[in-house]
Amino acid sequence: VTLLHELNALVLGLFIIATIAMTVTRQVGACLQVFVVQSLLLAASAFLLGVVPFSWHLVALGCVTVVSKAIVIPWLLRVLVPSEIHRKREIARAIDAPATLLAALVLTFAGYFFAQHLVTAAPNLSGGNISMGFAALLVGLLVLGVRVEAVPQLLGILAMENAAFLVGIAVAPDFPLIAELAIAFDVPLLAFIVALLTRIAYRSMGTTEVGGLSTLRERAP
Amino acid sequence: VIVVIPVVALVAALWCAFPRSARLAPLATFVASLVGLVLAVQTLWTLRAGGVVIAAPGWIEIDSFGALLLCLIAFVYVTAALFSWGYLHADGDRRVRQYHANFNLFAFSMISIPCLSELGLVWIFVELTTLLSVLLVSYGLTAEAVEAAWKYMVLTLLGATVAVLGVLVLFWALHGTGSTDFTWDGLRAHAAAMPHALVGTAFVLLLVGYGAKIGFVPLHTWLPDAHSQAPSPVCAMLSGVETTAVLYVILRLRGVFAADPSLHVGTWFLIVGLVSVGAAALLIVQTHDYKRLFAFSTVEHMGIILTAAGIFTTAGDVGTVWQMLSHSVAKSFCFYAAGAALIVTGTREIADVRGLLGSNRLTAGALLFGSLAIGGAPPMAVFLSELAILWAAVQAHLYAVAALLALFIVIAFFGLLWRVTTMLAGTPSETRRQLPAACVLALVVAAVPVLLFGIWLPNGLSEALQSAARVIGL
Repeated sequence: VTLLHELNALVLGLFIIATIAMTVTRQVGACLQVFVVQSLLLAASAFLLGVVPFSWHLVALGCVTVVSKAIVIPWLLRVLVPSEIHRKREIARAIDAPATLLAALVLTFAGYFFAQHLVTAAPNLSGGNISMGFAALLVGLLVLGVRVEAVPQLLGILAMENAAFLVGIAVAPDFPLIAELAIAFDVPLLAFIVALLTRIAYRSMGTTEVGGLSTLRERAP
Repeated sequence: VIVVIPVVALVAALWCAFPRSARLAPLATFVASLVGLVLAVQTLWTLRAGGVVIAAPGWIEIDSFGALLLCLIAFVYVTAALFSWGYLHADGDRRVRQYHANFNLFAFSMISIPCLSELGLVWIFVELTTLLSVLLVSYGLTAEAVEAAWKYMVLTLLGATVAVLGVLVLFWALHGTGSTDFTWDGLRAHAAAMPHALVGTAFVLLLVGYGAKIGFVPLHTWLPDAHSQAPSPVCAMLSGVETTAVLYVILRLRGVFAADPSLHVGTWFLIVGLVSVGAAALLIVQTHDYKRLFAFSTVEHMGIILTAAGIFTTAGDVGTVWQMLSHSVAKSFCFYAAGAALIVTGTREIADVRGLLGSNRLTAGALLFGSLAIGGAPPMAVFLSELAILWAAVQAHLYAVAALLALFIVIAFFGLLWRVTTMLAGTPSETRRQLPAACVLALVVAAVPVLLFGIWLPNGLSEALQSAARVIGL
């Protein structure tokens, strides 16, 4: 059991590093690969927590995560989003890489300390999942804030969802089927819709840099 | 019955997806919506005095509050289907078919929300309402439509992600009591025994997460953009019932959070509600696009409903459900009127529309009627519901709340009228097109409850409102 907990702690450390990496990875394709790694780490944490005591919910969630986020979503994005977008390097960013890294570190600490009052409320649970989940949620928000390309923005949302489920597998391991259903159906549907919208954006605007869109801003009459 | 209603919408969506169905797609949508409305009214009639209809215990259940929302969604589904028929008549077969398939799927996701009692499933369907409506918002395929759809999707999905964490934390809190009954009733029954730290965290996460979807200030920015670009019948669904359906989830959870007095749920509802009403009232005055005008009015009305729920009295709860009803019917009418104006004038810019009264009296009359109705002029439905809320605030000795709410409502009312009347007066600037018959019919049907419920509330409906208010107040 101790070994499993130590392995889980290692997975959690890698999870937050992967999330931070998503904020600074310039190439769209590379960002997708980092997201796949983050999803696999979520699945690994679910498997590790689901061994002792055995929880078929967690094992099922781990399996569904691997299929949905490590296989189906990358496949959907590669098929539906034009290949030149995957090769594209993001030049325009809301803030530059060093500042982004600094902000990510600050948010990691903020999320970690915010979660402490929840961790103390449940000493029997995996506190690391709760702390790292909240930290990764805030860093995922940063991904959304700094990335201007459509696909990395989608991956930011999915990274936040991964973070929410990282907390979920620790605090609600027997959550009735919902997490499995959400990951199995909602998330691929989300990726499908975003990929379609990205194609539409590429055709109608000639760019997928959605972060800079501001023509609909309110102005005085 | 409560399983049949969403299934009918789903079947209509599948029918519309078939390549040969383009010509019949509007008819299929209309028939499905009509069947849904009849069944929804029957459900509300059955539950008007209370009780629960159970299809799958712990998963698919509906009570009077849910049935009221179901009726509102079904009614707007009917009128929006009718308006879409005329609104899209000039579009190609393929686009019409895609639109109707998406439209029915969107209706399916919304109709399912009041039929469910398990909070996790409710979250999935709330997220589905976004996913299944994004491509409707981007239907215009212009750069602006894509921008609006993107902002709508990112902000509301961001909210959904925050909300799912709230749902998980709430399940954790419930689990701590030894129960796994994650339904509205199960949560309320165990609310007092849940750990305070967890309930407080869930409250913040759910209010912020779902608040983004409802359009509470400052998370409202997607709302005017999406409403300015989406087809008008879609706006009617988004504004009239989608936002209300998500607010319904917050209202159902009010009793769970209120079990912990240290959270001051009522105070937070009043603050968030009044800030939304005030900000929206000021934004209404300065907007340049008449569809955005009605979108800001939605932010205002969501704020009014939350403020009413924050009063925490029986009269306030009746005002809450009454305002939900009157807002849904009046706001959907407003967007049909705005859609009619767009068909007739070809522009959304208020400054570019002049002399509408001279060129198209029906559209001008509809815009004026809609503005008066949603602004709260007597004898419309919104007037009575807003009066009920203000009176409830006074009865609860919340004089500052009543005064601020009245002030913001008055600002919004005159702002709306000022912007709309500038479009009616003057010399018509260009040749105007005529409204399709289906759009005219939709306007007439949608206007009936707006006016009727201000003059006469049928006994059965009045009973249902009281019963729904009791559900919130439990």
